[in-house]
Amino acid sequence: MKLNGKAWKFGDGISTDHIAPGRLFHLRSNLPELAKHVMEDARPEFAAAVQPGDFIVGGRNFGQGSSREHAPTIIKLAGVSAVLAKSIARIFFRNAINVGLPVIIMDTDTIAEGDKLEVDLAEGVVKNLTQGTSCRIPPLPPVMRKILADGGMVEHIKKHGGKLDLE
Amino acid sequence: MGRTISEKILSAHAGVPMKAGEFAVVDVDLAYVQDGTGPLACRQFKAMGFKAAHKPEKKILFVDHASPSPRRELSNDHKFLREFARETGVQFSEIGRGISHSIVFEKYVNPGDVVVAADSHTCTGGALCTFATGMGSTDIAVAFGLGKTWLRCPETVKIRVEGPFPKGVYSKDLMLHIIGKIGADGANYEALELGGGTIRALPMHARITLSNMAVECGAKVGLIEPDEITHAWLREHGRDHKFPDLTPDKDAVYERVIEIDAAKLKPTIACPHFVDNTKTIDEAERVHVDQVFIGTCTNGRIEDLRIAAAILKGKSIKPGTRLIVTPSTVEVYRQAAEENLLQVFVVAGGLVTAPGCGACVGVHEGILGDDEVCVTTQNRNFCGRMGNPKGLIYLASPALAAATAIEGRIADPRQYV
Ligand code: SF4
Repeated sequence: MKLNGKAWKFGDGISTDHIAPGRLFHLRSNLPELAKHVMEDARPEFAAAVQPGDFIVGGRNFGQGSSREHAPTIIKLAGVSAVLAKSIARIFFRNAINVGLPVIIMDTDTIAEGDKLEVDLAEGVVKNLTQGTSCRIPPLPPVMRKILADGGMVEHIKKHGGKLDLE
Repeated sequence: MGRTISEKILSAHAGVPMKAGEFAVVDVDLAYVQDGTGPLACRQFKAMGFKAAHKPEKKILFVDHASPSPRRELSNDHKFLREFARETGVQFSEIGRGISHSIVFEKYVNPGDVVVAADSHTCTGGALCTFATGMGSTDIAVAFGLGKTWLRCPETVKIRVEGPFPKGVYSKDLMLHIIGKIGADGANYEALELGGGTIRALPMHARITLSNMAVECGAKVGLIEPDEITHAWLREHGRDHKFPDLTPDKDAVYERVIEIDAAKLKPTIACPHFVDNTKTIDEAERVHVDQVFIGTCTNGRIEDLRIAAAILKGKSIKPGTRLIVTPSTVEVYRQAAEENLLQVFVVAGGLVTAPGCGACVGVHEGILGDDEVCVTTQNRNFCGRMGNPKGLIYLASPALAAATAIEGRIADPRQYV
């Protein structure tokens, strides 16, 4: 499946406090409402303007900070098709896979704000349609590929009879 | 070939020898959540079709982030957690009992255990040589249902610290120095092993500060080899102090080794909005401070409160600056009351809140106003962390925080100790 959309650029060190602020803690059991504030403390206009399929393009250490899985969940709920960044913080990475949000580690300096991108996860290719460039992305570890292919961790457990089946 | 501490612990829990870079499903000794991540974990537990928790006596739901609840949405989350505990038999830690990591440190974690929890500072357990690491709600729901999780065995960064701390320097300054040096992603996906003469001489509360902040340089765990101080802590807290040999092998393979001379350290702060934006007190601009916060899973233990109280005793907080003190657990609260430390804070003009996360996470009890400056003993200072993206947060030791409360601006603790 190919993902298509335009790039929203963010800088280095975007934390889970930027993505899903602590001051909205009381909305954590109301994810559709929380999703209306996604990325609010990094770019207040983002949540209202993002289009289904768009990409979040970050710098270094995207998603650093707290373990709140609400962060990748509301990115996905907002319609974002994948997060591309130079590096991704560990817990955010795991959470993104569990909720079925693709994350791609690559040199994002080549992508400009608003560039049209096409991502082919199966082939491992990111095409920048605006700039006419393309780059290959390394495959995820097999464990993560398996969880993502099953549609996230909940579906994985249901599909494998209530067990982890990752060996 | 020799093995690191992580390789030893994970091999024992995977049932097969594990080397750095390998993946396995491992047994989990303890799993927990807090009130910010717990409701989602419980919903995912049900969505996955689990009916019963695996070893419910080793699964805990903590209410510490919004304790007591400041809003009805959160009261309903707490209610849901209590109901889940009743249904499944998992443990429940009520409002006012304290911060999850601090309570499991007092009562549950053991050297050589694997512990996972839905909170990034789970790595606090590393000070007792527990392979303790943070994950999200869904991963912990799996651990609740199966008593297992998947892990990648991490490469290890060895940090060796030698020499005595100069006056006014604490383990908080050391950890801020390390994070400033290697960066907020300097040990991403890796384990830290903290060792050397300085670490061996540190009391447990000071080790807690180090392991707690391992995640601030991206590390999965921050492990400290067990020694006499470890055994003494376990004995004092009524726990079995026999555990497998966790000494890293002499020929263990490290991704890199960092040597630090503790004698050269100075009181250190992290400036807004990143933990690795560190400065020594000599370089720091002495800006006016509106709020000082002492507490959290990083520096909210009784010894931390003693350090702050010793500085504040008989003094007054500068008008125009406010001080909030939040003991990390009810045990610390009780002890601080017994030692009259709470009295010292209140007489100096401060305020003491009930045990919990308090102002740390921006939910209640100390949200910053626009452009206000806070010096806090917590572990992170991200934009918006204390409830307002226009707030400015500086991280520091309890001594530097206490000195700051007296002067009303960022202060050098060396003249107070
Ligand atoms: S005290 Fe702060 S860092 Fe520690 S668990 Fe609570 S919110 Fe998290």
